[in-house]
Amino acid sequence: MRYSALEILKQGLTGNKGWRPAWRSPEPKSAYDIIIIGGGGHGLATAYYLAAKHGLTNIAVLEKGYLGGGNIGRNTTIVRANYGLPGNSEFYSHSLKLWEGLEDELNYNVMHSQRGIINLFHSDGQRDAYARRGNAIINQGDDAILLDTDQLRDMLPYLDYDQTRFPIYGGLYHPRGGTARHDAVAWGYARGADKRGVDLIQNCEVTGIDVENGKVTGVQTTRGAIKARKVGVVVAGRSSQVAAMAGMRLPIESHVLQAFVTEGLKPCIDTVITYGMGHFYISQSDKGGLVFGGDLDFYPSYAQRGNLPMAEHVIEAGMTLMPMIGKARLLRSWGGIMDMSADGSPIIDRTHIEGLYLNCGWCYGGFKAVPGSGDVFAHLLATDTYHENATRYRLDRFSTGHGLMDEEATGSQHNLH
Amino acid sequence: MLINCPFCGPRDLREFSIRGADVALDRPEGTEWSEAWQDYLHLRENPAGVSQELWQHTGGCGAWLVVTRDTRTHEIISVRSAREAAT
Repeated sequence: MRYSALEILKQGLTGNKGWRPAWRSPEPKSAYDIIIIGGGGHGLATAYYLAAKHGLTNIAVLEKGYLGGGNIGRNTTIVRANYGLPGNSEFYSHSLKLWEGLEDELNYNVMHSQRGIINLFHSDGQRDAYARRGNAIINQGDDAILLDTDQLRDMLPYLDYDQTRFPIYGGLYHPRGGTARHDAVAWGYARGADKRGVDLIQNCEVTGIDVENGKVTGVQTTRGAIKARKVGVVVAGRSSQVAAMAGMRLPIESHVLQAFVTEGLKPCIDTVITYGMGHFYISQSDKGGLVFGGDLDFYPSYAQRGNLPMAEHVIEAGMTLMPMIGKARLLRSWGGIMDMSADGSPIIDRTHIEGLYLNCGWCYGGFKAVPGSGDVFAHLLATDTYHENATRYRLDRFSTGHGLMDEEATGSQHNLH
Repeated sequence: MLINCPFCGPRDLREFSIRGADVALDRPEGTEWSEAWQDYLHLRENPAGVSQELWQHTGGCGAWLVVTRDTRTHEIISVRSAREAAT
C-alpha cells in the first residue's frame, strides 16, 4: 500500500479497516545469500539498500528482540553533517544528502526537520576551532555560518549570554542540521526492505557464527541454524559479544549515555543547541518535550540506565545555559549503550574471516549516520569494495596507526571520547 | 554507585574516576609496536557481566584501585588496591 493523503482520506471514510501491517513476520528459511545480524536502524537500512540499490533480496535481518528496539529508539534524534576530518566529513555529508531524500525514497514520514543546529562557543580559542570546523564543513560542500552574539541574541533570546561561568561568544550555525522521528526511520526502512522481499525475523537471537576453513557459512540462532554466504554484523551496543562468537576482540568499550525529556510544552526552542563548555545539548520534540542530554557516564555499562552524578551534571549545565528550563518538569530519563571505539569513529569493514563483515563503533553519533551507514555497508556487502564515501572506516587502522580518525584530538585511547 | 575504597570506606561515585579495563596494569615492555601494544591500547574483552577495572579515588585519597563490577547491573563485587592486585 502506498501511503498518501488520499489514502488517509479513503481509509478515514471507510472506517480505517483497510490498513495492513507494514511488514510480514516470516519464518526463517534454512539459507539466505546474506544475513544481517541486528534489526536496528543501521541493519534495516543496510537490508533496504541491498534490495533497493543492488537488487539483492534473498536476505534475512535477524533481530533478537523487536525491530528498532535498541538504540534507534533510545537516542535524541539529531541529524547533522558537521564533522571536520577527512573520512568522517564525506561520510556524514553523504548521509545527510540521503536524509534529505529519505521520505520520498521510502514513502514514509520520518518527520525529518531541518531546523538547524547551533554549536555555541565560549572563548576565543573555541571560536577559532569552530571557524576552522565551519570551513571544513563548507569545503565538504555543506553549510556552516559563524554567528556573533548579536545574531545569536536574535535567534536565541533566552540564553544566559553574560553568565560568569561560560559567557557566550557566538555560535557555529549548521542550517541543514536538525532532527527526525527516530522510530519512524527504523519502521520506514523495515517496510521498504520487506516490500522488496527481505525477511525481517524478530525474536531470533544469534548464538553462534559458523566458520569453516576461514570462511563464514551461516549462523546459529534461537530459531535454528541458518546458512548464508555472507554475514553482516550490525549490532552497535553489543558488538563485542557478537564478534566474540567469531573469535574476535574489538577496539570497543560499551558505555551508557543518558538522555532526558520534559513534559510537553508549547513551542519555545526551534533549533538544536549545543553548549560547548557544559556537555549539554537540547532540542524540542514535535510533541513539545524538551529533549536533552550530555556526556557519557564514562564507566563501561550494558545496563541501559546511568547514575545520578551525570544526570545532575547535565541538568546543571542546562540551567546555566538557559535558566528558563528550570520551570519545566522532567518526564523521564533513559540510557542507551554506545559502542565506543578507541578513536571515536566508526568501523565499516571486512574481517579476517571471508564473508564476515562488521559495522560498529558508532559511539554516540549513530542516529544521523543511519542512511549513510546502510548505504555504504550494503555497497561493501554487495560489491566487496568500499563505497567512495566510506573508504577510511578500516578495522586495521588501530593496529597500523594509519588513518585514525580522532575528531576530538584526544588520542586513540579508550575513555577519552 | 558506592565504591568501597579500602583506605577511606564506602564513597560516592562522584569521588572516583575510571581509567578503563585493568589491562592498563599490564603495560608492555619497550616502545616497539607489537601485538601486545595493540592489546594494551585498543582491543578489549568488553564483557557484558563481571569486569575488572582500574579506578582512581581522585576526589579522596588518590589511590589506584582494581574494582570488580558487573556491567549489566553496576553492582560492585570487590575493591582492592592496585598495588595489592599487581603483586
